[in-house]
Amino acid sequence: MSPFRSSRTSHWLAASLLGLAVVTPALAQEEPIKVGILHSLSGTMAISESTLKDTVEMLIEQQNEQGGLLGRQLEAVVVDPASNWPLFAERARELLEQEEVDVVFGNWTSVSRKAVLPVFEELNGLLFYPVQYEGEESSENVFYTGAAPNQQAIPAVEYLINEVGVERFALLGTDYVYPRTTNRILEAFLKEEHGVADEDILIDYTPFGHADWQNIVAEVRRFGSEGKKTAVVSTINGDANVPFYRELANQGIDAADIPVIAFSVGEQELSGIDTGPLVGHLAAWNYFMSVDTDANYDFIDAWIDYNGDEEAVTNDPMEAHYIGFNMWAEAVRKAGTTEVDAVKDAIIGVTVPNLSGGYAAMMPNHHITKPVLIGEVQDNGQFDIVWQTPSTVAGDAWSDYLSGSRDLIADWQAPMRCGNFNVANGRCGGSTAAEEAEAALAE
Amino acid sequence: MRYPPMRGPTSARARAGAAAGGDRASTTRGAWLRLLVLALALALGLSVATPGAAQDGDPGGEAAATALLEALDVSSFPAKGEAIEAIVRSDDPRARDWLQALLDGRLQRTDEGRFVVVLDNAGREWPVEDALNGEALGEMSRRDLDRIGINNALRSQLRSAIAVVDLYAADVDLRRASAERLLGEVDGELAEPLVEVIEAEQDARVRQRLVQALAIHRLEQGEIEAIADLRGSLHPRVRVALNRAMSGDDPLVADAAREALNSIEQMLKVNRAVETLYFGLSLGSVLVLAAIGLAITFGVMGVINMAHGELIMLGAYTAWAMQQLLPGQPGLALMLAIPAGFLVAALVGVAIERGVIQFLKGRPLETLLATFGISLILQQLVRTVISPLNRTVVTPEWMSGSIAINDALSLTLNRMYVLGFALVVFAVLMLIMRRTRLGLEVRAVTQNRAMARSMGIRATRVDIMTFALGSGVAGLAGVALSQLTNVGPNLGQNYIIDSFMVVVFGGVGNLWGTLVAGLSLGVINQVLEPWAGAVMAKIIVLVFIILFIQKRPRGLFPQKGRAAEG
Repeated sequence: MSPFRSSRTSHWLAASLLGLAVVTPALAQEEPIKVGILHSLSGTMAISESTLKDTVEMLIEQQNEQGGLLGRQLEAVVVDPASNWPLFAERARELLEQEEVDVVFGNWTSVSRKAVLPVFEELNGLLFYPVQYEGEESSENVFYTGAAPNQQAIPAVEYLINEVGVERFALLGTDYVYPRTTNRILEAFLKEEHGVADEDILIDYTPFGHADWQNIVAEVRRFGSEGKKTAVVSTINGDANVPFYRELANQGIDAADIPVIAFSVGEQELSGIDTGPLVGHLAAWNYFMSVDTDANYDFIDAWIDYNGDEEAVTNDPMEAHYIGFNMWAEAVRKAGTTEVDAVKDAIIGVTVPNLSGGYAAMMPNHHITKPVLIGEVQDNGQFDIVWQTPSTVAGDAWSDYLSGSRDLIADWQAPMRCGNFNVANGRCGGSTAAEEAEAALAE
Repeated sequence: MRYPPMRGPTSARARAGAAAGGDRASTTRGAWLRLLVLALALALGLSVATPGAAQDGDPGGEAAATALLEALDVSSFPAKGEAIEAIVRSDDPRARDWLQALLDGRLQRTDEGRFVVVLDNAGREWPVEDALNGEALGEMSRRDLDRIGINNALRSQLRSAIAVVDLYAADVDLRRASAERLLGEVDGELAEPLVEVIEAEQDARVRQRLVQALAIHRLEQGEIEAIADLRGSLHPRVRVALNRAMSGDDPLVADAAREALNSIEQMLKVNRAVETLYFGLSLGSVLVLAAIGLAITFGVMGVINMAHGELIMLGAYTAWAMQQLLPGQPGLALMLAIPAGFLVAALVGVAIERGVIQFLKGRPLETLLATFGISLILQQLVRTVISPLNRTVVTPEWMSGSIAINDALSLTLNRMYVLGFALVVFAVLMLIMRRTRLGLEVRAVTQNRAMARSMGIRATRVDIMTFALGSGVAGLAGVALSQLTNVGPNLGQNYIIDSFMVVVFGGVGNLWGTLVAGLSLGVINQVLEPWAGAVMAKIIVLVFIILFIQKRPRGLFPQKGRAAEG
């Protein structure tokens, strides 16, 4: 009988304390599996990342209710990198070296991912990264469960061209690496594949948290009144979106005239906006809360129960963690151990159900297959799905539309085991493509 | 509601769909052409029989109407588009109501398959009525109802269809909206009845719009006289039409269009200048609002309060809290939030002053660090107690949208209110500082504390009052900002640097300086932004201020006299 009160948490606590205190081989299997969570709980990114921490904790709780993994319980180790990029690296080191976690779920911004990358590679950890990102990266130790540009941006633009008949594009973004890379890929894609002229593409960047959109929205309005169907492709990040959409509504830009398709605006961001005037604006994701499947309804119910908040919303990065967590659990079962190298090998090819009624498979380049959905904003803060790809799309680590990365592929299976293999000269890494891409970006 | 006269209304409505395609969706042009052919066929006599006849010889019957709605309840959007066309062609007297309900997302279906129109979709229980016979069905929750969803293309189609019907409406506002919508969407089919409509039209604005709409169509047909009707219009659709005519085949028309376009471009330049000025003043007013509280605590009292931004944030959260307390009355809540926001921020300001700042008098570095700590504590407090997520603050009806000065220039209302609010706050503050006993005492204490005390002024009390005033004004700024930007824990951080910038640039201790500095920085920023980009504009303004402060360390309006030296 446990000396603690019989709540479940204290029970695990007791078990884990016991496991830590008495490290004998006989008891080793009773030791919990440690799952690190590296999401900001304070600072600017807390707005997005704190719900992801809760998601992973909920998934761990669910897994434990089903008897844990390999007969062992799971235990969450939560650290707070406080939206501070260097602190991300420190906290990652703490998780891997001191806490000796078996796997880490974490990060949101690309800059934080770049900060922890060397730590995970040096200490051979496992990181599941759940957010859509700019691509141009494949690390042996990172699994990218969010969308690469070819799983979000490219299909979204194709939707605009083919289904909406858009001929002019205003690419608006926040001034950092994800929007800049994505817009570079989109610009190349529009010009090469669809012959869009220079004058029909408007690119504009704004600082983080930009609040005064009057001029830019007025410019978009003028840009869109030249007689050709115009759309805005928005990689505007987080906080800046509320004033942006407000200004759109106030200047009377209607979705039927100039639709805005956003890559960073989901249910959670909309929960801070009055969506009445925004009905019809678009977002491209791999998951929407409004997806009509039983798996999704179960997930939403569990999430609402876990939060105790009837109004709690789910979003795309949460689904990515759901997929990533289940993939990792499946790989651990397959490998029969949580040992990093074994899991890394076992996880490639693992297929788990996603929440939109299909399956996600882990590809050799550490990206996963995802369906692409286009949703229109409704006045209740949800999205109505108006289009989706007929089948899932495999994530492409290296874009086909950037000269520096066109020839690169990533394959972490034996015998190649390379994150940037150049098919043109048949060498791994030796190419300077990554640097070229970065140098081109800096232009 | 009056419906179109029987003179070919059916075909007029059918054309709405064709017009919807317009020039904006040339890829779907083929589909619209097909519809046009269909509409023509109908006009040529197929539609002489009542539309009901098309559906199993049940004229105007319920079965036909149900079938019309039934066709809407499909998942494919193109199929829905055809169903909308069928309703437009049906000539059913309820058609407009159905289309409007569909457009607003209020046309729904019950679990039993009955079509209903939701009358009011606020709250959880909605009053509904039967879509077919208008029978009131009491209240239903959204669980019992399935909404018939539409997408942007359908929204556009619906609006055009409604516009054509509304051309004959008795309500002048409906006719105005209709005329606005039809600009650039008139085609050969609609042009003919439009001439008669224009002749019968009494309202000058509707008439002018319709004349322009018709002129665009005539210009497309190559009629050079049409340009006379378009001259001087600043509407973008007119410009597009003239641009097209300019690159057309007929050199005469092209020249006339070019000439008309040149004069329009001239007027647009003036408009753009006015617009930029307005943008600048509006941004400036935000800067003034954020900085004016600081101008008192930092400028007049000399306290460096890094938690000033968080006081702004608390004001914004007060606006949110008031709206939570008064659901359904966002406007009233916002008005009440003005005194409440002032009070909350002022009380927190007093707590900061009494709790921390008074012990650090004369030690600016320590004050800076301590208040910075307070700002972090307040931010995290809001994150933990309320939520790290942004809160929705609803914009009241009378503050949303914009007022149109002309076709090319419209001023957004929420910013106009904020601009007015900033000026009022400034005026009241000036009044307090210049005309009240408190203002006199504040000035006395800040100029010479010891002397003021020996004259019997309670300096500590004045300190508290001044800090409360400055903090309260920050709260007011927060209430105003809740209408422009995010209400979240980071709100304050975004404004603290700008606030210090404005105060220092304007001249520490001078309220007029803050006003002039805020407004001029706003205008400079907005003038630079179009050609330098938002990021560069910010940098240029910062560099400019640094250079300016190098040259004139005391800002635009330095305090003069001996007081300034001490």
